[in-house]
Amino acid sequence: MTKTSIYLCLGALAAGLAAAQTAQADPTPMEVRALLHKDFHAQGQATMSRVDQDDLQWLCTVSHNKPSHNRVKQMEAEQHATIVYPADGKYMGDWKKGQKIAESGKGMTWKDKPGAENGGSCYNCHQLSPKEASYGTVGPSLTAMGKKRGDGIEVQKYIYGKIYNSKASNLCSEMPRFGTSHTLTEEQIKDLTAYLLDPASPVNQ
Amino acid sequence: MRQVACRALLAGAALSIAASLAYADDTKQEIQKYQRMTAESSPVELWELEGADLWKQKRGPNSVSLERCDLGMGPGVLKGAYAHLPRYFKDTGRVQDLESRLVTCMTTLQGFSEQEATKRVFGNADKPSDMEYLAAYVAGRSRGVKMQVSTKDPKEKAAYEMGKALFFYRAGPWDFSCASCHGHEGKRIRMQELPVLSSPKGARGTYTTWPGYRVSVSQLKTMQWRLNDCFRQQRFPEPKYASDATIALTMYMAVNANGATYRGPGTKR
Repeated sequence: MTKTSIYLCLGALAAGLAAAQTAQADPTPMEVRALLHKDFHAQGQATMSRVDQDDLQWLCTVSHNKPSHNRVKQMEAEQHATIVYPADGKYMGDWKKGQKIAESGKGMTWKDKPGAENGGSCYNCHQLSPKEASYGTVGPSLTAMGKKRGDGIEVQKYIYGKIYNSKASNLCSEMPRFGTSHTLTEEQIKDLTAYLLDPASPVNQ
Repeated sequence: MRQVACRALLAGAALSIAASLAYADDTKQEIQKYQRMTAESSPVELWELEGADLWKQKRGPNSVSLERCDLGMGPGVLKGAYAHLPRYFKDTGRVQDLESRLVTCMTTLQGFSEQEATKRVFGNADKPSDMEYLAAYVAGRSRGVKMQVSTKDPKEKAAYEMGKALFFYRAGPWDFSCASCHGHEGKRIRMQELPVLSSPKGARGTYTTWPGYRVSVSQLKTMQWRLNDCFRQQRFPEPKYASDATIALTMYMAVNANGATYRGPGTKR
């Protein structure tokens, strides 16, 4: 073995190590998933399949919620296709029930009873009724939504769809896909739509 | 006896806080005032005293104390140990946080099985857990010490990077990652301005006050509990106690908090 070939070998080894270090320094979502499967266990309704990402969750994770992927439009269309609009063509329910759903942060955790009614956690992130002092600011204020946008059928349909699957119009939105994830029922989403748009709702007072 | 004294103290504190809350106007000022008051009347020291007793007690099948427990600064050295955790331990070949290391000492020194040592890690208001007492005691011995968590060992670096990846990993029925709640500067969830734990500013302010006493539930909560309850609200399945994933996340936050002075165990809402 010549000196040169030894150096070449060492160089290759170093490059290999550097590559290994890089791989170690930047775990892929697959490696994260493997660790989650090793270190988590199913509890109540929270099954282990919850740590597996769908395409959207994967893309939003690797792009830090700024996907420049050429599939974004197509994926938003796929999300839009998951929206089941009410067969009766009515998007507005009872705003009073909607208020309770907006206030409730219950549902889908391992402590929540499976099958019990879930809340929408709306106030966690949005301002809605100006009378409610405890509201979050992660999402935009929705106060006076009906006053500003009216309650025409197109607006109703848009709001219904937005609650059902927010990712249809903003792929990496932080807002859960309440209909697609089976968190809220059709009736509940109708009630929330009414809470936002009904002229009698406190949101529009 | 100690618990009774503690309860009385708490009840008094809670009453005076409730009274002051009722008359305050501005919400943010109100919250800050509440935080100051709770910090001033914190019963954390009682947990630390209880923990000190436990630390020195001869326990387990081997009937020995934890006084020779090595938390990374040498057997029995407590001063500053918590401010250097998590870290890599040769004897276990793992990066460990405080709670997993306490489990190690309870098994290797005292002779408990791992199952026995982790049987009741999260207590309640009536009966705190041994782990909560011990964590308060050990963490308190780092009060005033600068956070200096190493990533020099490749395993420490790997844990940090894995913690970072976990922090931003979106999954579950609600598509949440840790960053969904802890990644928006200046934003609130309901009335809580949640710290951005991926930034030094957020991590330094928050990490250095855990473990923490929760006034609303009269309990001292450990970092492992904090992560457990975050994952519950993330709508994930449950993390195993002191698992590599939870330690990696702790590592990520602790390194982000480096340079700040540890001032816990703190007091929370």
